[in-house]
Amino acid sequence: MFGVLIRIDSVTKRYPDGTVAVDRLSLEIPDRSITVLVGPSGCGKTTTLRMINRMVEPTEGTILLDGQDILQQPVNTLRRSMGYVIQNAGLFQHRTILDNIATVPRLLGWGKDRARGRARELMERVGLDAALAKRYPYQLSGGQQQRVGVARALAADPPVLLMDEPFSAVDPVVRKGLQDELLRIQAELGKTIVFVTHDIDEAVKLGTMVAVLRTGGRLAQYAPPAELLSAPADAFVEDFLGADRGIRRLSFFPATGLALLTTPIVAVDATAEQIAARATGEAPYLLVTDLDGRPLGWSEPHELTAGSIDPGRLLSHGRPFVPGTDSLRAALDCAVLSPTGWAVAVGADGRATGVVSQQTIAEAIRGAHAAVPTDAPAPHSLAKGGPADAKVAG
Amino acid sequence: MNLLHFINAFFGDGAHWHGYNGIPTRVGEHVGYTLQALAIAALIALPVGLVTGHYGRGGNVLAMIAVAGRALPTFGLLVLMTLLVGFGMVNVMTPLVVLAVPPILVTTYEAMRSVDPSPVDAARGMGMSEAGVLFQVELPAALPLILGGLRSGAIQIVSTATIAAYVSLGGLGRYIVDGLYQRDYEKVVGGATLVAGLALVTLAVFWALGRFAVSRGVRQRA
Repeated sequence: MFGVLIRIDSVTKRYPDGTVAVDRLSLEIPDRSITVLVGPSGCGKTTTLRMINRMVEPTEGTILLDGQDILQQPVNTLRRSMGYVIQNAGLFQHRTILDNIATVPRLLGWGKDRARGRARELMERVGLDAALAKRYPYQLSGGQQQRVGVARALAADPPVLLMDEPFSAVDPVVRKGLQDELLRIQAELGKTIVFVTHDIDEAVKLGTMVAVLRTGGRLAQYAPPAELLSAPADAFVEDFLGADRGIRRLSFFPATGLALLTTPIVAVDATAEQIAARATGEAPYLLVTDLDGRPLGWSEPHELTAGSIDPGRLLSHGRPFVPGTDSLRAALDCAVLSPTGWAVAVGADGRATGVVSQQTIAEAIRGAHAAVPTDAPAPHSLAKGGPADAKVAG
Repeated sequence: MNLLHFINAFFGDGAHWHGYNGIPTRVGEHVGYTLQALAIAALIALPVGLVTGHYGRGGNVLAMIAVAGRALPTFGLLVLMTLLVGFGMVNVMTPLVVLAVPPILVTTYEAMRSVDPSPVDAARGMGMSEAGVLFQVELPAALPLILGGLRSGAIQIVSTATIAAYVSLGGLGRYIVDGLYQRDYEKVVGGATLVAGLALVTLAVFWALGRFAVSRGVRQRA
C-alpha cells in the first residue's frame, strides 16, 4: 500500500570486543507509516535505529534511504533530514522552548525570525501552550518536555522521524496522552516513523508494522500488530507478547456489529407502566438513564418504584463503550467490569444507545475469529491501514 | 584593636593615595599582573580542557599535570626563574600561570564530562557539527563550573601576585615586603587588607559574570 522508504539490508553491527548487537538484520520500512522496533534489553533495537542516522556505523550490510545508500551523503546532511527524538527529550537547558524547537531550521541556515515562526507553528501542532515559548526546559513537566522533543524533531519537516523510547520515562497517563497525540500528528503529517520501544502494548498501539527483535540482534517476526497477536512466529514472540494477547487482539475488531438491545432502558422519571413494559425479560436488569438519556445505573425491575427512583441506589454501569469508535476489547471490558455482566453502549454525545450482554459479545468474538482464520492476518479495517486512519482505542 | 588601628592609620594617611607608591598605582599594578596571568593561564587551560573534555580522552594525563602543577612551590619557581632569566615579567608570570592552570584545566575537563549526555546525543542526531556540539550545547551547560574554575584560578593569582615585589616589581606585595623590611606594620597590614579586598572584588566580578553569561535555564538547575 505504501512504498518502501528505508531498506535495511542484512546489516550487522559487531563491536571491537566481539559483541554482536545486530545480526544480519533485514527490514523494509514502509513510507508514511509507523514501524516499531520492539524487544527485550540487548536486542539491538536502539542500535538499529541509530544506524539509520549513522549515530552507529554498521559493520556489514547497507541501509538505503529512498533507494540511496545512506553513506553517500554527508552525515550531517543525512541527520538533518531525519527528526530524532530520544528518551528524556534531551532538550538544551540553556535555550528557551522556542529556540530548542528552532534548532534544526537554524542549522539549515534559516533566519532567526523564520525559524522561530516555524517553531511557534510546531508548538501548536504538538499541543503546547504558546505561553511556554519563552520558558526554559526546567520549567516544564516531563510530558511537556517530550512534546518539545517531538516538535524539535519535526521543525524542519523531515520525511523521516526516528524515535528512541521517547515515552518510556513518563508516567502511564501522560504516556497514553503522548501516544494518542503521536497518532493524531501522524494522521495529519504522514511521516515515515521508526519507533523503538520495549513495551509491546505501545508497539501494538502505535505500529503499522512491528518488528520483534530477540536478544543478539536477530529479527524474530516482522508483521502488522494484528497478525503478530493472532499468529506469533514462535515461542519467543508468543512469550514476549504476554499472556493476554487474545484479549489485546480484540482491539482490532470493531464493536459496530454488536446487536444492541434498546428495550431494557428506562428514564429516571419512568411511570410504573413504562417500567412494566420495559421489563420484558430480555434482560434481567433495566438500565436507568437521566432525563437526557445518559446512563445512571442498573437495577432489577421489581426494585424500581415509579416516581421515586434513587440514582444513588442503582448498580454501577461501569465505563460505557462507543460502538462506532471502540473495539470489541472495550465492549468486553465494559461487560466484565459491570456487576450485571451487561455492557452499556453510548453515542458520541454520551446518551445510551443500547445494552449488550457478555454472551452476545462472546458470540461476536467467535464470529470475528471465524471470519478470520487464526493463522492469517486479522482484518485491517480498524488497524492503522494508513496515515489517515485513526487507531481504535484499546 | 591594634589591627584596626593599623588599617585606619594606613588608609587615613593621605600620602598613601597618590604617587608611584600610592594605593591606586599599586592596585592597578596588582590587577594588571592578575589579569595578565589569568589570561595566559586561561589561554592554555581552557582549550585543552574543552577539547579533552569533549572527547573524553586524556583525563589521567590532565590529572597528573594538575598534581605536578600544584606540587611546584610557587616561591621556589619564582627564585628559579629569576636565576634563569633574570629580573622581569617572565619570572613572575611563570609561577602565577603554573598556579592557575591546574584548577582551570581540571575544572573545565570535569565540567565538560559532567554535561548531561542526552542533549549532546540529541544535538549530534539532529546533525549538529562537533564544533556546534562543543560550543552550542556542551559549553553553555558547563559554563557555571568552568567559571568556578576560572574564579579559583583568579583568586589564587590575586593572593599570590604579591610575590612580584620580591623580585623588585610592583603590586600590593610592595607594601608587605617593604613594610616587613622597614618594620612598618601599618604598611604590612594595609597591603594585606588590600589583597584581601581585591580577592573579594574578584569573587564579586565572577558572580556578576555568572549572572550575565550563564543562561537562566542552566543557572536554575545548577
